[in-house]
Amino acid sequence: MAISVLELEEGKTAKIIGIQGGHGMQNQLRSIGILEGKDIVVVTHHPFKGPVVVKIDRKMISLGRGLASRIMVEMTS
Amino acid sequence: MGNPNVGKSVVFSRLTGTHVITSNFPGTTVDYSQGATCLGRERVFIIDAPGTYSLDPTNPAEEVSLRILNEADIVVNVIDATNLERNLILTLELLSRNVPLLVVLNLWDEAAHTGIEIDVSRLQELLGVPVIPTVAVTGEGIAELASYFSQDVPVPEQKNYSDQEKWVMIGQITREVQTITHRHHTLRDLISDITIKPITGLPVAVLVILVSLWTVIFIGETCITYLTDPLFELYLPIITQLSDFIGPGFVQQVLIGQMVNGGIDFEQSMGILTTGLYVPFGIVLPYVIVFYILAALLEDSGYLPRLATLTDTFFHRLGMHGYGIVPVFLGLGCNVPGILATRVLETRKQRFIAATLIAISIPCMAKTAMIFGTIGQFGFLYILLVIAVLAVVYITIGMILSRVIHGECPEIFLEIPPYRTPRLNMVLKKTWMRLVAFIAEAVPYLFLGVLLVNILYATGFLAWLGTVLAPLIVSWLGLPKEASGALLTGFLRKDLAIGMLLPLDMTPQQMVVAVTTLTMYFPCAGAFAVLYRELGFSGMIKSVIVMATTAFFVGGIMRFILIGI
Repeated sequence: MAISVLELEEGKTAKIIGIQGGHGMQNQLRSIGILEGKDIVVVTHHPFKGPVVVKIDRKMISLGRGLASRIMVEMTS
Repeated sequence: MGNPNVGKSVVFSRLTGTHVITSNFPGTTVDYSQGATCLGRERVFIIDAPGTYSLDPTNPAEEVSLRILNEADIVVNVIDATNLERNLILTLELLSRNVPLLVVLNLWDEAAHTGIEIDVSRLQELLGVPVIPTVAVTGEGIAELASYFSQDVPVPEQKNYSDQEKWVMIGQITREVQTITHRHHTLRDLISDITIKPITGLPVAVLVILVSLWTVIFIGETCITYLTDPLFELYLPIITQLSDFIGPGFVQQVLIGQMVNGGIDFEQSMGILTTGLYVPFGIVLPYVIVFYILAALLEDSGYLPRLATLTDTFFHRLGMHGYGIVPVFLGLGCNVPGILATRVLETRKQRFIAATLIAISIPCMAKTAMIFGTIGQFGFLYILLVIAVLAVVYITIGMILSRVIHGECPEIFLEIPPYRTPRLNMVLKKTWMRLVAFIAEAVPYLFLGVLLVNILYATGFLAWLGTVLAPLIVSWLGLPKEASGALLTGFLRKDLAIGMLLPLDMTPQQMVVAVTTLTMYFPCAGAFAVLYRELGFSGMIKSVIVMATTAFFVGGIMRFILIGI
């Protein structure tokens, strides 16, 4: 089942299956390492519509909610 | 060139001997720096480009990078060995550019430390360009890199990949050259988790900020008592002699100022060579030094991006994002570097909001000294009141501006680097460079402001304007009419205002109104100059209108609440 990173629970791992948005948006996210096929873990959701912190390949990245909602993932387990 | 936060600037300063600011924080280099080095007989010019993730620019810093790339003879691509896969994206794009390319594999020690092994010779084969592993902070590998400049660096075979092919290629290369040994969770990971999660991270952040401010005040005060005050004690007889030599008149009025109880008083005389020297060097500089050392420690350790994430929720409401904490933080030292740092924000709208808010309600060390100097005598609660008002104003004006101004507000999108132990020489070097910048960029304007005000004062213009505006100050702000002179002088010289407000014998409430208004309504001449540089003429004018309106409005409200009608 495909959900966005925004809906992914803290501490859960999922596989990135797609990035919604235009070419620019896709490249922006990919260039920092958010690629299809990668495993992504949500480190923490900040409350009150705050940013989402994720981990990919041991690298931590802070994302605004708008960006997080565009990253589609599939639960691996 | 290379991705943000991979150590380009360190490699650059190692190559050229030039000092540039580096941080464990993406986006430190927004302007490019240029330096030269001699190899044999030839002089080589080296340019340090701002960090970029790709050649498809998404922000001003990346556009600068692209422009530099188009003019380069040899491109040195610095990549982060701990993050090979992602860094290779830019490398592949550079390979298609038809320029001689050198790849520097930096942070080599950190990669080894975290259990990442990279087969350098294999990587060299696959990329078809020289690959040099380095540890730039210690200088390892830099000599080898420099030796390539005198050789003919081959132009790599041009390969054009489609986006899809690029990702496939990168995956293949990474798999082939990189071996990762499994690593147990370390203490560093634990600290990293604690400081990024809101429940534990926010208390830690509050603690870090409070401890930092306390350290600045404590060490700063100690420096003043035991170092700068004794120095000015030695300076007093010299300047007194000079004053006697000049004799009374216009020149003495401007240079030395007024005699207080028959002698020179560094806080109240107000001459350029007395108060004008004492305030920036005797009072502000000690605090600024301590502050910059702390700022450098926070940056180099990698804490700032975490702080940015924690505060993003807040700054996002004000039209900015978590990066907004950086200019605020630096602005507490001196507004000039604070306003310059607004460049870390992407859009014009965000930069306007950030810069205007700093000028209105982030008190620099000089303003803080003024607040403490005038209100401290009435007790800590009154100081707290001023700080609370400034905070409320920051939030309110930010919310209003973010709704009123047109333009985009991009969200936070930021890599959080691992914690690194700050290196003492780097911290000291950075502090030194910021101090030099502070003295070179802020102090001259300060003097200019002093000169201007003293001339206006000596010619009687200020007194005249004070009388004209006095009714407004008396009826709207509820202050004695003599205070109008202080408020006007404070236009360019906040430092003077202390000396002018103190003898007026005002109630604590009146003092709070006067000082808050004075803090908000106009920045010093130095901040004014950078506002013009960063926002342009029309931006600066808009910013000043916001400031003046806010100060006047808030001052009036405070008067009605505190003093009554």
